[in-house]
Amino acid sequence: MTEQPPSPAASAVTHPLNVIVATDCGSTTTKAILIEKVGEEYRQTYRGEAPTTVEAPFEDVTRGVLNAIAEIEELSGRTILDGDRIITPNHAAQGDPKRGVDIYVSTSSAGGGLQMMVTGVVQNMTGESAQRAALGAGAIVIDVLASNDGRLPYEKIERIRTMRPDMILMSGGTDGGAVTHVVEMAEYIAAADPRPRFGSTYRLPLVYAGNTDARPQIKTILGEKTALDFADNIRPVLERENLAPARNKIHDLFLEHVMQQAPGYKKLIEMAGAPIMPTPAAVGVIMETIAKREGINLIGVDIGGATTDVFSVFNGLFNRTVSANLGMSYSISNVLAEAGLDNIMRWVPFTIDEQTLRNRIKNKMVRPTTIPQSLDELQIEHAIAREALRLALIHHKSLATGLKGIQQERTISDVFEQRTSGKTLIDLLKLDLIVGSGGILSHAPRRIQSMLMMVDAYEPLGVTTLSVDSIFMMPHLGVLSTVNEQAATDVFVRDCMVYLGTCIAPIGQGKDGERCADYEIALPDGRIEKGQLAFGDLKLFALTREQQATVTMQPAKQIDLGNGPGQSFTKTVTGGVVGLMLDGRGRPLQLPGEQAARVAMLTRWYQAVGLYPAGS
Amino acid sequence: MAHSYTPGLTVTERTTVRRRRILPLPGTVLVKVGDAVHADTAVARAELPGKVVPLNLANQLGIAPDEINDYLIKKENDAVQKDDVLAENKPFIKWFKTEIRSPITGKVESVSTITGQILLREPPRILELRGYIDGSIVDVHPEQGVTVETSCSLVQGIFGIGGETSGELVMGVTAPDHPLMPEQLTPAMKGKIVIGGAFLSAATMTRAKELGVIGLVVGGIHDKDLRALLGYDLGVAITGTEQVGFTLILTEGFGTIPMAPKTFALLSAQAGHKASVSGATQIRAGVIRPEIIIPQTSHTAARPDRVEREGIQLGDPVRIIRDPLFGKIGAVSGLPSELRAIPTESEVRVLEVRFPDGTTTVVPRANIEVIEGA
Repeated sequence: MTEQPPSPAASAVTHPLNVIVATDCGSTTTKAILIEKVGEEYRQTYRGEAPTTVEAPFEDVTRGVLNAIAEIEELSGRTILDGDRIITPNHAAQGDPKRGVDIYVSTSSAGGGLQMMVTGVVQNMTGESAQRAALGAGAIVIDVLASNDGRLPYEKIERIRTMRPDMILMSGGTDGGAVTHVVEMAEYIAAADPRPRFGSTYRLPLVYAGNTDARPQIKTILGEKTALDFADNIRPVLERENLAPARNKIHDLFLEHVMQQAPGYKKLIEMAGAPIMPTPAAVGVIMETIAKREGINLIGVDIGGATTDVFSVFNGLFNRTVSANLGMSYSISNVLAEAGLDNIMRWVPFTIDEQTLRNRIKNKMVRPTTIPQSLDELQIEHAIAREALRLALIHHKSLATGLKGIQQERTISDVFEQRTSGKTLIDLLKLDLIVGSGGILSHAPRRIQSMLMMVDAYEPLGVTTLSVDSIFMMPHLGVLSTVNEQAATDVFVRDCMVYLGTCIAPIGQGKDGERCADYEIALPDGRIEKGQLAFGDLKLFALTREQQATVTMQPAKQIDLGNGPGQSFTKTVTGGVVGLMLDGRGRPLQLPGEQAARVAMLTRWYQAVGLYPAGS
Repeated sequence: MAHSYTPGLTVTERTTVRRRRILPLPGTVLVKVGDAVHADTAVARAELPGKVVPLNLANQLGIAPDEINDYLIKKENDAVQKDDVLAENKPFIKWFKTEIRSPITGKVESVSTITGQILLREPPRILELRGYIDGSIVDVHPEQGVTVETSCSLVQGIFGIGGETSGELVMGVTAPDHPLMPEQLTPAMKGKIVIGGAFLSAATMTRAKELGVIGLVVGGIHDKDLRALLGYDLGVAITGTEQVGFTLILTEGFGTIPMAPKTFALLSAQAGHKASVSGATQIRAGVIRPEIIIPQTSHTAARPDRVEREGIQLGDPVRIIRDPLFGKIGAVSGLPSELRAIPTESEVRVLEVRFPDGTTTVVPRANIEVIEGA
């Protein structure tokens, strides 16, 4: 189910890669980092950023790239640019090590990323498999059409006509099975004659990854109307998904067709020493690498300006979803629309009238590059981020599932258990690590703010470690890992991944102030911290990443810490820049409905962990 | 210091704009280079393919898909009228005869012996592309459209709704900080574009619709009034196709925000002139901002539409676009290069703005917008 993106033509680079510049062209901001070999290891040394310029008046993504790199030049004193050209390789061999870099690599989600429509025969079987394949390739899925999606044929055709995807992925049917339904869908697509989003003169790329027996018919129907390509069936048999070939094909076609149409990308492709990778695909590479290397279950999140991407690896299975209109700049207003004002307001530790708040959010939508200047504005953005994270995880849980529609083998012991196929793979009690990335998490003024945003949104259960991308460079390292594994790993470990700490959250609820659990923490300096965690308490203990503490907890009888209700629990945990957090607020987390009580509760929590400057 | 680009909005008395008028699919261009066109002149035409109606004949006749050709009365590409017989079976007993009739007038687009369905297509619809602005054709893109150029005054708004329209500009208020009230709209404003000041209420919008005002340009509105107008909460700023009775353009943002004096003065000076307006906004994958284009008849030298600016400069007129000073206008009076801590504890690049009353403030560079075209 998992695979690495196609290996770029990195082999073409023969010189050593000692100085690397990497950019990520986001929907709002283009971020550049400089990586240099210091001694035997690579370190991230300087960073710069500039507004992304895929849009008018420039309509040339390379302007933003050059601006961001120019900032690095200023800060580092290194000459990287010669006009609009990146100087490669580095001139160390000529005695001028401060001139040029050895390679330039980039990721991109500018211009709306890769927008795809997928089709299947049965919506929650091949339709979902196709969706997973497209999402895993770094796409935003704008619609899933299936024979049984409840829409009438003419409605499907109208829908295909009105959408302007960058690419279509067709799936459906097991190999050797019936061809009728998948051919029917091809006929609808042919009748709709969909147009690509960019460029009216090129044919829309379409990947067919369905029943291989239907290929001749598909070719007859769509061969002339689209840039048709075939990939192995993504569901060759009912019980198995085979997503890698379709994902690789999508990635190839993205580079060959779609990116060529976006403003300035031809130039960007020529500038880069390796293929441009869609940002989510690059972050996915990093997330998978962490999970594999550590042998853990993780959830990763990249909350951007336009989208929130969620990645998970549970029991080795990788999944990615993108919530296309849940972001912190362009789509911030959609978070309000989807979550509702009350859900956002429940995290705001002061009162503000609805009209003012709504106007502020809309103003951010129309001027997405602005940043919070006052503390109340920051707190509002953090509240919105919690809801974007929460909604995106709900979306992820619905797609990160086992295969649906499969007959399950049951033994006599299963007779009374109503197990259904397609159950979500996300089990928060088995979750080891949450990794956060994206501007609002990476650039939060205090690291505790990132930690609490994720804890509040995800409500982790039991023991969970949290980390954050220090300055938002996971996409860069994802693409870099395909070129130079060591550089990517060194920077990731030394400069990118910041461990925030560990959260211990008992499962269950009780009245505010009631006993939740007794705890005893054996700290590395020999001290023993003993106390009672009451419901509504949030306690923070200093503990670094390098330190370990042994935590013993005796929960109240209805409270579970993973060993069952009322069962005691002992575990050795590590800390981070924030430390060890005992979260006695109960699961599921519930906030008072009455405003004054809620503000008082939030204020108490926020003060308990020093979330914002004192007096705020 | 790097010349990082700071987004801005253009407000200029004299410029030259070019607007590409491109059909959504190949068609016929109706004008040639050098032709003078008006906003409502048809410049290109295309036939939008008609609606497709699929019919599964095999299922309805109870036959195998590969047999349907034997039962068809109408073949591929045949024209059909509504209720024409498309296919029929030939049973021994006439009473059991089944006839499949066409639900539409159009033609048979395709017949599939794999699925057993035929696709009928309704006649194409004619789409005429208008010139949008008064000007002249400077480029023809064969089968696609044209580029129209005009010498004009140009005001870019920050957000709008509604499509392209044109009409006479009239002033609804006398000062940029005055709200546009319902009673300020009169029947004489029918078919015209009304300029308001700082704010427009839901009641004013309702009255504008009743009177047939075609355009409203104002500093700000409340989000709740926008929601009421649209009937839904706008999630992303991609607009231009709304049918609310008029085109609405905000020059400043959401809330009660006085229109920038320069914008108000420019529009006041052009009252009585014909303008083309578009509310189309897209702040993603290619920024489109709403605009007011007022073609000029006198042929004084015009500046080009866009000049690539070399970053922000001292003296540039700017608008603060984030609370707590949202909407205030001043000029850049300092560009410190070092990062500064702001009240959120973030360290960011800042600049100093001097207001007309002589006071100054320091704001993050990300939170200002250059008023271009000065």
